[in-house]
Amino acid sequence: MALKDSIAWYHFSAPKNFYPLAGKVIPWFWGLTIALLLVGLYLSFFVAPTDYKQGESYRIIYIHVPAAWMSMLIYLVMAIYAIIGLAWKVRLADMMASALAPTGAMFTFLALWTGAFWGKPTWGTYWVWDARLTSELILLFLYIGFISLQSAIDDPRRAAKASGLLAIVGVINLPIIYFSVQWWNTLHQGASVSPTMAPKMATIMLTTMLIMTFAFWMYTIVIVLMRVRRIILERERQTSWVMELFGAEASGEKDEKGERK
Amino acid sequence: MSEFFAMGGHGFYIWVSYAVTALLMMIEVIAVIRGKRTVEKRLTRLARTLSRPE
Repeated sequence: MALKDSIAWYHFSAPKNFYPLAGKVIPWFWGLTIALLLVGLYLSFFVAPTDYKQGESYRIIYIHVPAAWMSMLIYLVMAIYAIIGLAWKVRLADMMASALAPTGAMFTFLALWTGAFWGKPTWGTYWVWDARLTSELILLFLYIGFISLQSAIDDPRRAAKASGLLAIVGVINLPIIYFSVQWWNTLHQGASVSPTMAPKMATIMLTTMLIMTFAFWMYTIVIVLMRVRRIILERERQTSWVMELFGAEASGEKDEKGERK
Repeated sequence: MSEFFAMGGHGFYIWVSYAVTALLMMIEVIAVIRGKRTVEKRLTRLARTLSRPE
């Protein structure tokens, strides 16, 4: 990495500098989200043809697969932030991990929910205890555990430590979800799209699925940036930059933590 | 039109999936915006008390 880049990374790892940057990029990611969603939904319902085997109900995969991918991707990113937070004591990394968890939990729930409503007309059941479904349910519990640990511990630093450890240990579940359809004889079908093989689906269906995935991805960036801005304000409320942001007069009377001398 | 919503008899499953997805996303957006506003209001009050001379 060039020196210039590493200085930029260092600069924006300070909540004080990241807060305005996040505020500036949020509208752009909103634009991307809405544009991709409109195109994705149009393709999902009006362009993609009826599946010759599953009929119309397969259209659920255009939200099911992106939600399931995002549930795993968000967990991975959350765990990476947890590692950065624990190893290098970067406060912003802890805040990012906290900001990612609720959205990750939501996508995990949606993957399970849309999967159930796809399973009913296709398999004849909403739920089976097969390896893919069960490991995805465990992912939901990991997110819920992470969120509950954070709200149970008052001190933000200790909360980040405990929940960060949980997030890191829980990463073991990700390969289990991903490979479950190969390792076990599951009712859930194998991967239709994988990095090593040509996709086993029509190009238009694949394109639609990828556009919906990018739409969910951009949505995640928007919502996480919005949430992390709130978290920054809450945790940095004792600093002079936050107080100045909200109209308190800049004064030399306060020390770095914003406490009056 | 009604044929579109029927989705070859699978309309119920499709619309429940899409509706719940849309609903949860909208709730999340509203919750995040409201949460931030609450914090901002509190901080504005706090900043006012700090800048008032004692």
